[in-house]
Amino acid sequence: MPAPVLGGPLTAVVGGHIGFERVLAALALVALAAAVSRWQQAALEREIAVAVLRSFVQLTAIGFVIHLIFGSRSLLFVAALLCVMVAFGALTARRRARALPGVLPDLLLALAVSAASTLGAALALGIFPSEARALVPVGGMVVGNAMTAAAVALDRLAAEVTAQRARLEARLALGASATVALRPAVRAALRAGMIPLVDSTKTTGLIFFPGTMVGMLVAGAEPLDAVRLQLILLYLVLGAVATSSLLALVLVRRRLVEPGERIRELAARPSAPSVR
Amino acid sequence: MLRDVSATLPAGSVAVFGPSGAGKSTLLRLLNRLLEPSRGAVLYAGRDVRELDPRALRRRVALVPQLPALEPTTVAENLLLGLRFADADGRLACRRWAPLRELVRALRARRRPGVRARAATTGAAAQTNGAPAALLERLLESVGLDPAYLWRSAEQLSVGQQQRVMIARALALEPEVLLLDEPTAALDAEARNLVEDTLVRLRAERGIALVLVSHDRAQVERLCDWVVALADGAVVAEGPVGTVLSSSA
Repeated sequence: MPAPVLGGPLTAVVGGHIGFERVLAALALVALAAAVSRWQQAALEREIAVAVLRSFVQLTAIGFVIHLIFGSRSLLFVAALLCVMVAFGALTARRRARALPGVLPDLLLALAVSAASTLGAALALGIFPSEARALVPVGGMVVGNAMTAAAVALDRLAAEVTAQRARLEARLALGASATVALRPAVRAALRAGMIPLVDSTKTTGLIFFPGTMVGMLVAGAEPLDAVRLQLILLYLVLGAVATSSLLALVLVRRRLVEPGERIRELAARPSAPSVR
Repeated sequence: MLRDVSATLPAGSVAVFGPSGAGKSTLLRLLNRLLEPSRGAVLYAGRDVRELDPRALRRRVALVPQLPALEPTTVAENLLLGLRFADADGRLACRRWAPLRELVRALRARRRPGVRARAATTGAAAQTNGAPAALLERLLESVGLDPAYLWRSAEQLSVGQQQRVMIARALALEPEVLLLDEPTAALDAEARNLVEDTLVRLRAERGIALVLVSHDRAQVERLCDWVVALADGAVVAEGPVGTVLSSSA
């Protein structure tokens, strides 16, 4: 087997240390984006500036945190960081699912279980060593994807329950239990949560090169190592996305069922901000 | 919505009559527990409906909504839906329909993408396992639809035809009472006549009790013999059709 793909040495491609001046140079392309926005009157300049600033501050901060965590031998810090990720993920996903009140605990549980089971399985199967260097970035990837999938699934569930109200009620009127009546809506929501990832997994390498692979290739890793790691991550994330959307849906479904086999009516949907 | 409503609906054919916003649909939904009263009680055959299992109650007191809300699948599967729900409960709506279980299973097994299109083209002969399908065909005939529609996609039917499938789907439960919430509101005159003919025939042939929500006087006169008139969430009159409708005119 080849040497560990993680933590391989930086090579000539990257040129070792990445100085601040190179980040500044990349900002030239942001200027291009801003110029396009102004030229087309898309009014996105402000948003772009905020995005650039936030990405800089957030990534720099997390960079220091990861630096500290990598320096420590204790996995407690890793666990704490993963908990923070799950909390932020749940908060972000809740914004998407505004039509469904009180779902934050469900999202927390769904993301936590999804991350714990996926990472746990990866460790148990010996896919990754139990080291901060592997667990932190992979955990972030897992939680991020699980969050997006759960958010999309819940958003779709709310949309289905609102739009298909007549059909839901007709099913109840035929003697379906509320859970059975909701089954098609849950199914559609689960598909909505998982399909983007399934589709991008299908087209991986044909249409887009996933970030991990790009990063490893730029950093000078062997292409086959990069590919293998990317495959591992794709499969892990598929598992995470399936568990988080399913769990979030099952937990939230409970909130839609009212005593007497009825289904709660949802308030009109406020426009949901997009989830990153 | 509703306040101080106290009415006794006799077995037979009852109209809940009144202008829109009077609370007619609310009253209808109270009868099968799709809604529950915040105060007071609804009695069915002398028993508080809250003591009855809502699923069992809804099979005995079946509701046909204002607009057809069929599942996006074949008419046959739509007709079997109530049975499937009963099956999911672990009990069948009606023992006489037990052979249909096989048909339900066969349909379920075929319910995969692309299968629906094939089902529509291979013709009835391939799907009909004799007797069970004949029951479904009779159901369609009882609402005045050609049995050939059985393997069509429900979405291909006209709204009037869909509404009659909705009635047939409710009849498949063999209910004691059929609740109809303005069943012809969305239909043109011709389709409305066909639905009304269907209801007249069901009354005559099956002796099924009807509770019809309507704001259409002619329809009430044609289909019902008892009227509960609502206005503004309260009962304003009740009695035989002739008496109530002539006095409220």
